[in-house]
Amino acid sequence: MLHYLARRLLMMVPLLLGITLISFVVIHLAPGEPTDLQTELNPEASVELKQRLRSQYDLDKPLLTQYGLWLSRLARLDFGNSFSQDRRPVAEKIAERLPVTIAINVLSIVLILLVATPIGVLSAVKRNSLFDRATTIFVFVGFATPSFWLALLLMDFLGARLGVFPISGIKSLGFDYLSPAAQVWDIVHHLILPVLVSAFGGLAGFSRYMRSNMLDVIRQDYILTARAKGLSERTVIYRHALRNALLPVITILGLSVPGLIGGSVIFETIFAIPGMGKLFFDSVMMRDYPVIMGVLVMGAILTLIGNLIADVSYALADPRIRNN
Amino acid sequence: MSFPFICLLLLGLLCGCEQAPVEQAADKSISTVPAPGGTLIQGTIGEPSNLIPAIASDGASSAINGLVYNGLVRYDKDLNIEGELAHSWEISDDGRTITFHLREGVRWHDGTPFTSADVLFTYQLLVDPDTPTAYAERYMQVSKAETPDAHTFRVHYEKPLASALISWGVGIHPRHLLEGQDVTASPLSRSPVGTGPYRFVEWKTGEKIELKANPDYFEGEPFIQRVVYRFIPDPSTMFLELQSGGLDMMDLTPIQYARQTETPAFKRNFNKYRYPAFGYTYLGFNLRRPLFQDKRVRQAFAHAINKQEIVDGVLLGLGQIATGPYKPGTWPYNPDVRRYAYDPEQARTLLAEAGWRDSDGDGVVEKDGRDFSFVLMTNQGNDSRIKAGEIIQRRLADIGIDVKLRVVEWASFLKEFINPGDFDALIMGWNIPMDPDGYNVWHSSKTRPGELNFINFQNAEVDELLEKGRRTLDQEQRKAYYDRFQEILAEEQPYVFLFVPDALPAVAARVHGIEPAPAGITHNFIRWYVPQALRKYTR
Repeated sequence: MLHYLARRLLMMVPLLLGITLISFVVIHLAPGEPTDLQTELNPEASVELKQRLRSQYDLDKPLLTQYGLWLSRLARLDFGNSFSQDRRPVAEKIAERLPVTIAINVLSIVLILLVATPIGVLSAVKRNSLFDRATTIFVFVGFATPSFWLALLLMDFLGARLGVFPISGIKSLGFDYLSPAAQVWDIVHHLILPVLVSAFGGLAGFSRYMRSNMLDVIRQDYILTARAKGLSERTVIYRHALRNALLPVITILGLSVPGLIGGSVIFETIFAIPGMGKLFFDSVMMRDYPVIMGVLVMGAILTLIGNLIADVSYALADPRIRNN
Repeated sequence: MSFPFICLLLLGLLCGCEQAPVEQAADKSISTVPAPGGTLIQGTIGEPSNLIPAIASDGASSAINGLVYNGLVRYDKDLNIEGELAHSWEISDDGRTITFHLREGVRWHDGTPFTSADVLFTYQLLVDPDTPTAYAERYMQVSKAETPDAHTFRVHYEKPLASALISWGVGIHPRHLLEGQDVTASPLSRSPVGTGPYRFVEWKTGEKIELKANPDYFEGEPFIQRVVYRFIPDPSTMFLELQSGGLDMMDLTPIQYARQTETPAFKRNFNKYRYPAFGYTYLGFNLRRPLFQDKRVRQAFAHAINKQEIVDGVLLGLGQIATGPYKPGTWPYNPDVRRYAYDPEQARTLLAEAGWRDSDGDGVVEKDGRDFSFVLMTNQGNDSRIKAGEIIQRRLADIGIDVKLRVVEWASFLKEFINPGDFDALIMGWNIPMDPDGYNVWHSSKTRPGELNFINFQNAEVDELLEKGRRTLDQEQRKAYYDRFQEILAEEQPYVFLFVPDALPAVAARVHGIEPAPAGITHNFIRWYVPQALRKYTR
């Protein structure tokens, strides 16, 4: 097992290098440069000034040289400084946005698992019942509802009209003056709508997935055996069927690891949440190469690790794979 | 200023009095005398990038820097230049030397006295090749800057420069905190120290920036004690926040102004204001293209496009027709230039004179066997330009011109189309700067790739007028040059000037002391106040 792990980890290095090189080249293919926002269509900026700014960012050097410079910094675990006007370290910009993105994503995954699993199981067990049909409709609605629209409706109704939830942001203005308990409640209160909205689409998908897994499993012979043994229906479903139906979920969870740091632009913009999606989107629009690369590298590393974790935990969970 | 505009302002003021809020009606004894206290929360779409004025070039940063820093001079409410950190100044007879006399007793927010050394340092910072600033150009023209004493600052220019004086409205930087340091790595970029009416308190990334009143401000302590800028990237969210009381001030869109804020609840809680914004939208022709080289064709466009229809359709009437590159009602604006009434018949005649006729009856005019068909481009993310483009498309179809509308992402738009000059025609906008110098946009020398005369407008008389205009200090004389300049533009129609939109701010009704003026509403921000009884935030 250790040998296997070491080999997998080693193989990641060239893979990661390849990913960064391709990303670096691709983002430079897009027309426009980071200095453009400052100088283009600015009556005060002369051609000479533009050149001066470009050279400050090494943009006048050949692309491969720029990549080499970036890579040598990365080797020293330095993501560099942002090309936007604030010039802040990329690592710092990412670090301050990571917690809220991860929190929302983890909460929404937990919510999805907690709600969608029983829905999926029930609609599989009571196939073609009224409940099953109702959830099918729910699923279609869930898939079809644009999250920004749902968000605005909820904000307008629950936030602006009823005043039950705060509309945007993650903290109240007077946050610093609240007691610790009130601070926690303040954040929770702000996060309820965003987490609900971000879970909504996933809820639909995951409950469908759970349902079809479960349907597959209950047709298996060992379920028949379990029933033949005279076990109660409860035991059959929840002890024998559910555990096997949950197995593929591990893969999904593994694959969702990189998603934990990737926020959604639309959703973060609407709720005014300072998350990773907005950071990435803004940096792409501004051609802020160091930040784009920083986010991409983190995403790539997490994807690779996520896959590895999924493979390993699969082996741990399923004796058939382990023994091969 | 037009009559309806004045009416509207009066209306706005009346509403302000009428609405003077419910709480007050309950207790007549409550005074509305201005007194320090109260909080104002503003929304901004973009988060500021950098709070060092020399480096920042975005609107959000400038808004905050405007409260934290001072310039030597500024525009007053009627857009005349007045002193800020300088109490007076002299301009030499040859117009090449300006001597500023600085206020004494002014202190930086950290207590250090402000002197002429700070001004000199700011100048040096702006022209330093290592400073990533987009503003170096105007200061490079200074041939010598000196500080005869601690409260005098003098600059010499090779040639007189009309915009020299106002260029010293730039935020003055604290020398004692920046000298000898890498300005791009300075902590001031996120916690500024200025001399202005508000002091920086904190910046929470992605959330807000908070400022508090400077009790030692040289023009007196601002009444509103706390100003918070919340970053809300989505306009719909911002509007919901405004309605629910999470914001006190924002700029409305035309549809919000005209349709969504006419409720009793909104009128009770907010005052709306309306005045022309400092910007205009235009349709520009690429004059390198043979298609647009005939003046009659461009004039035909001007007659075919119904500008009032665009103002009504796109801005819901909240704007006015533009006739040139200046703002109606300001001193450089020439109201007497040639205007092009909506007249499709006249447009067809002009096209026919230029040789464009529909001889094959397909509804599109042609000349030398070629259809009049072109691509009209604009950038993504600006709805009003796209809508204007659609209206123009239809009106040009009426006179037999086939328009394809193409919307392109901003950076690509600049790099692939504007800079190389690879476009037929486009819809864009310019800010209207307070100083009328249009040299960079209209002079024939500014047609290199990446420069602003990207439509390739070349006119010897305009060149001469622009050169004289920027070297003349006498306002009357300058106005004569720019009046003629506008006449030529109106005649030549290198742009079809479309509209000047209105700025439409809404401010919470509990805020008193707002006086709309040509400069907008924020010119007397430090004199705004919230009467004691109406204060919403107790801290």
